[in-house]
Amino acid sequence: MSSVAEASPTLRKTALNPVHRQMGAKMVDFGGWDMPVEYPATGGVLAEHLAVRTGVGIFDVSHMGDIRFTGPQALNAVQHISMNDAARLVPGQAHYSAMLYPEATFVDDIIVHKIGDEHYLFVINAGTREKDAGWVEQNVGGFRCKAENVSDDYTQIAIQGPKGQALLQKLTDVDLSPIKNYWFTFGTVCGLKNTMIARTGYTGEDGFEIYIPADPATSARVWHEVLKAGKEFGAIPCGLGARNTLRLEAKMALYGHEISEKINVFEAGLDRWCKLEKPEFIGKPALERIKAQGVKRTLVGLEMIERGIARDGYPIVDDSGSQIGCVTSGSVAPFLKKNIALAYVPPDKAEIGSVLNVEIRGQKVKAKVVPTPFYKRPKK
Amino acid sequence: MRRQDAAATAGETPYYRQGRRYERKMNYPSSLKYTKDDEWLKVEGDTGVVGITDYAQNALGDIVFVELPKVGAEITAGKPFGTVESVKAVSELFAPANGTVTAINDELANAPEKVNQDPYGAWMIKIKLKDKGEAGKLMSSADYEKYAAERG
Repeated sequence: MSSVAEASPTLRKTALNPVHRQMGAKMVDFGGWDMPVEYPATGGVLAEHLAVRTGVGIFDVSHMGDIRFTGPQALNAVQHISMNDAARLVPGQAHYSAMLYPEATFVDDIIVHKIGDEHYLFVINAGTREKDAGWVEQNVGGFRCKAENVSDDYTQIAIQGPKGQALLQKLTDVDLSPIKNYWFTFGTVCGLKNTMIARTGYTGEDGFEIYIPADPATSARVWHEVLKAGKEFGAIPCGLGARNTLRLEAKMALYGHEISEKINVFEAGLDRWCKLEKPEFIGKPALERIKAQGVKRTLVGLEMIERGIARDGYPIVDDSGSQIGCVTSGSVAPFLKKNIALAYVPPDKAEIGSVLNVEIRGQKVKAKVVPTPFYKRPKK
Repeated sequence: MRRQDAAATAGETPYYRQGRRYERKMNYPSSLKYTKDDEWLKVEGDTGVVGITDYAQNALGDIVFVELPKVGAEITAGKPFGTVESVKAVSELFAPANGTVTAINDELANAPEKVNQDPYGAWMIKIKLKDKGEAGKLMSSADYEKYAAERG
């Protein structure tokens, strides 16, 4: 095996890229980003997954993008371009939402943070950064509001797991205990003043995400301080492999899989975060039409009954072998120790307990529809 | 062994030493023969024992599923005979020689991680070799080591 190699120049890198390589991470191209998929020397996907469920794991999620809305009509712009009702947010509160096309399909799913009455921050997906920024620019021009793509300003580190709070508390002067899920605050972290600290994540576990300046030296210093502070809790660095299996167990959507420009909000089962009572937003007329008409496919959770792992793109077939649906994400579930998947199927096959066939390498392998999320973290 | 998707790439050499994998030099016993698809073959009389190499298990990462043929199945040199899956990737297993399957390692159905832990102990299938001479067409451990190193 070669010595510590440099990333291909065509791939984008986070400020922590050299740190990942030093730590022996296995790197992959993720949506044009050179990102760690796992750290074999300290964990590996399975160990990293379990660390987050039972202790704490540290992720570099700086590839995620950020769009800042400021100005007197920032709320109007946010309301127009996203499906949840941002008028309900108070400063320091965030929620899950999405930007929709007029057809009610997904531009992207986002987290909207209300920083102040005239100040909102969207956290967006890595692979959709440019598309999202373009979509925002194209659609909020009529508002007295500035929308800036500030994606490159931050290194975003996720500290996830039941021991996440205890870890981060060692590094900040902010009392973390009153911060509720999907709320955030600003405080000093590792000596960095005014750092955004959000109780958010993409693992189905309790945890925090911190937003620090993106310069490589600061990013590396904080990364190592977080790992060092986490030593007593068994903290290990975690890659995108574990991030994917964690979010799948928690049934959190992944853009390009469960949601895309071809899948609508009702099909994806995300209508809970879509507020049709809002006077106006992009996608609303189509959503009302779809709500009245119903959907032709719906997202279900599958658990394999027979031996096999359903993978992204595998067909769901009826007993005669005709395709009736498709797997969007599938994997071994490392904490649940089952083989699970998410799939689109016709609504009449979506009932809990229905037995379906996943076509795996030409063979029909039985799976049953189960309630989701597959994993729900225990209440404190 | 050949990956079916392009989900992952091979890793780099880490400098960390406390780890689970990677902390040791890759191991390729000289008593075995090797394919370019990263299977090994051990010849015992007219029986061939088949598994995947240290390089393969390391490149795959945590192995979670192994699918093997039935006893009695005919396998053809260079053609797929089974599947090995890590958390992220599905890879086919390729037969190192022609023959008939005489035994499969049932233990791997419930303990696929044994392939990571001990790739040469965790054999996958035994075959009755059609022609023992075929093993001569495969790589020696020295050649395979070079071949593995070239791919990083």
